[in-house]
Amino acid sequence: MSHLLEIHDLEVKFALRTGDIIAIDGVDLTLDRGETLGLVGESGAGKSVTGFSIINLISKPGYISKGKILFNGDEISSYPDKKMREIRGNKISMIFQDPMMTLNPVFTIGTQMIETLLAHKNISKKEATKIALEKLKKVQIPSPGTRLNQYPHELSGGMRQRIIIAIALITDPQIIIADEPTTALDVTIQAEIMDLLQELCETDNMALILITHDLAVVSQVTEKIAVMYAGKIIESGLTHEVISNPKHPYTIGLINSIPGSTKPGEKLQQIPGMMPTLSEIPSGCAFNPRCTEKKEICETIIPEPKKTDSGSIVSCHMR
Amino acid sequence: MKSSLQKFKESYFLYSFKRDKVAMASFIAILIFIALAITAPWIAPMNPYDSNNIDIMNSEIAPSWTKGGQADFPLGTDNMGRDMLSTMLYGLRTSIMIGIGAVSLQALIGIFMGLSAGYLGGKTDAILMRIADIQFSFPYLMLAILVGAIFQIVFGISRYEQLAVPLLILIIGFAEWPMYARTIRASVMREKNKEYVEAAKVIGLSKPVIMVRHVLPNSLTSLMVISTIQIANAVMSEAALSFLGLGMPVTMPSLGSLIRSGFDYIFSGSWWITVFPGILLILFVLAINLLGDWLRDVLNPKLYKD
Amino acid sequence: MSTPVLAIDNIVKHFDITGGFLDQIKFKNGKFKLEKTTVKAVNNVSLSIYKGETLSVVGESGCGKSTLARVVLGLYAPSSGQIFYDGKRIDNLSHKQMLPFRKKMQMIFQDPYASLNPRKTVQRTLEEPLRFHNPKMPSIEINNKITEVMEQVGVDPAWAKRFPHEFSGGQRQRISIARGLILDPELIVADEPVSALDVSIQAQILNLLMDTGQKRGLTYLFITHDLSVVQHISTRVAVMYLGTLCEVAESKTLFENPRHPYTRALLSAIPKVGETVAKHIKLKGEVPTPVNLPSGCVFHERCVSANKRCKAEVPKLNTLEDGTQVACHAVEEKRDIA
Repeated sequence: MSHLLEIHDLEVKFALRTGDIIAIDGVDLTLDRGETLGLVGESGAGKSVTGFSIINLISKPGYISKGKILFNGDEISSYPDKKMREIRGNKISMIFQDPMMTLNPVFTIGTQMIETLLAHKNISKKEATKIALEKLKKVQIPSPGTRLNQYPHELSGGMRQRIIIAIALITDPQIIIADEPTTALDVTIQAEIMDLLQELCETDNMALILITHDLAVVSQVTEKIAVMYAGKIIESGLTHEVISNPKHPYTIGLINSIPGSTKPGEKLQQIPGMMPTLSEIPSGCAFNPRCTEKKEICETIIPEPKKTDSGSIVSCHMR
Repeated sequence: MKSSLQKFKESYFLYSFKRDKVAMASFIAILIFIALAITAPWIAPMNPYDSNNIDIMNSEIAPSWTKGGQADFPLGTDNMGRDMLSTMLYGLRTSIMIGIGAVSLQALIGIFMGLSAGYLGGKTDAILMRIADIQFSFPYLMLAILVGAIFQIVFGISRYEQLAVPLLILIIGFAEWPMYARTIRASVMREKNKEYVEAAKVIGLSKPVIMVRHVLPNSLTSLMVISTIQIANAVMSEAALSFLGLGMPVTMPSLGSLIRSGFDYIFSGSWWITVFPGILLILFVLAINLLGDWLRDVLNPKLYKD
Repeated sequence: MSTPVLAIDNIVKHFDITGGFLDQIKFKNGKFKLEKTTVKAVNNVSLSIYKGETLSVVGESGCGKSTLARVVLGLYAPSSGQIFYDGKRIDNLSHKQMLPFRKKMQMIFQDPYASLNPRKTVQRTLEEPLRFHNPKMPSIEINNKITEVMEQVGVDPAWAKRFPHEFSGGQRQRISIARGLILDPELIVADEPVSALDVSIQAQILNLLMDTGQKRGLTYLFITHDLSVVQHISTRVAVMYLGTLCEVAESKTLFENPRHPYTRALLSAIPKVGETVAKHIKLKGEVPTPVNLPSGCVFHERCVSANKRCKAEVPKLNTLEDGTQVACHAVEEKRDIA
């Protein structure tokens, strides 16, 4: 049986005036029904671009230059825009960091939810309202009936993010792509939203791709993890394996640099330097200038992904 | 390290300028107009301000390529016997001078008012912006008629000829400063809450120093855009005033007063006195506006990449 | 105990957001009334900061922690209350009288993209405070000082002629720190200095702050919402909720044994790397707006152990035997806290 989502050798380029730069370089991913995947990396690693390319929504100078994306065995990366719209927001939904970007401030919550539904399903308005109410209940919004007639600005940040999730859920999608869904929220609310997402995946057998920079959130919520660096996945595998037994020097550095992993007051372990900009990616392994275990080969040859004894896949010459 | 010239060569600004043919063409046109205006006394076939050069017998001669045209006067002559080409060059010079002068005055008043209102806020803001509103709702033509009339009575018609340029600069400058004040205020209000302004406060710098050294330089990009549009507006205002007889006197014509002086003869067949300065005015204003449009697109922070 | 470097005494800061006269007119019970809308950002906060320590103020967005920092630095005038620096009152000083204290207190900001003037080179950003406070300082000395501080924060002094946009976020934050250090201050107020940075850069900046703090004997007032950062760097921690202090304690004590119900909920919500199951305390409802504060304890509507007294009476900050200060009736009465 085929996977729910397969990404093969995806390459995304941005056409800039100085020439094309590669933003995503040979990304492979698979996702099955009900699975949760964390896509982790620092800003500029290409995690959001990967998310956008799944629903074919890469903004202008960017385009998919190589590879394919299969959804239920169909190659959706070659779909024309019209056909893609039947998938996007319907079978694959997306949740963004800033709820105000997704919600239109001049329409009520109800209007926005019902409109999404009517756009994708051939049902009456009455039925649509019923489904909308049901989804609001599902995301545990208190007094869902009154919310339908409220405007986005009347709600708090946490509530808005719940509405966004309700809208994403409204067509019963098979995959939800959540791009930094809690970065703008406070910790107590973040915890609630993450609980909710996790619960929904379990009850509805929905797959989740969680795009975030926060390793701690990923380790709590997801089953699988893929760590990205400079447009490539450098390590992937089961989340608890990768977190407890990281193999790639970058993953190790990333986990060690989190304040919780060193004793209070002691010097934090840090990765020297910073992520290269996409136009100046070093030759060989992109991480080599910052790597503590660098050998000559790292500067010249791009490491191939290989399976390690713990089952995770790592792209590093030293493993 | 790159030199600033090299940086400019690689900048997005220059890149998008080179790719935009309209912007390039209008920029070149403006340069040519300005060059013509500056060099008018040397390149014009005659000096239209000098009555010794003018022979009334030469009045209303048609352009050289039409019937009755003379080779000495390529674009013909006006009703007073002045060479159209020379008069237009001098007129362009006067128009540009008034335009730039008026806009400088507008900018001066507007920046001061807008910066103070935006940064100090509260009552200062309320008072200054109400003054701007009143000024804006007051039709500038009325102001021009009033000031012009008073001026002509107080100083007499003969002095008015000499003082017309500074007077027009004053009138147009005072009439339109609120445009600047509003634009500057809006961008100052955006900038003043940024952390670098707080950092300057933490250092202990005084309000005027923070306003001038930190906030103002960061509010200037929006000024570039409106300055181009305002110069076009000022030139048009001047033309309108002159057309109504409130601007430059006929002895020292600007493009506007030239159009007006020809307007009386347009039905007697001397179309060239109105049409040529009219075309020049339209081309000049159009070029400025097109360049302004491009500037606005390029400097728009939402679109600005690089 | 010695005199604190900085003592904040009963600070209240309210913002009037009513706007013009027309906005103040409200129609209620058949009558027109003039009404002002005030945001009660900080309410009766008292804190002392001692030399060499790092005091962190934590809380969620809108709890008034950033406002408190700005009141301390005199960017906002407090509505009431007093601020003392080395025992001298500073909140009522004129601009000129305040200048000597400005040298001693500096600030580091959150957003490395907004905190540096984009039109000034690093050199000019750094020399401005020096020239302002030491008008007679010769240029050579100024340049030496700039080089020294830039080296200290890990930015190559050869880059002094560059503009902020030529640097990455982490480097900008280093430059921002250099500006904070250049006057050799004693107290640094850091407002979320690492929250806008990536994890690997965050570690670099935190190390830099701890390092320079030790070398220069700095005192930090650290404002942040990130509890794992707080745990790592603080000597003491003050927890704020809705403009009010809930709990002030030694960092170790606070993380091992949080007393206030809000502190407990907050700590339980931090996700930890390697933890697979999250067990956080769920709070009822949402944070009320600081325009209409709840009566009594500001937290009572969301608190599981609240009773009538909490609704009616504002709890005082009581000191417990281990030195922890807690403002909670339930803790005072030794009620069971879930």
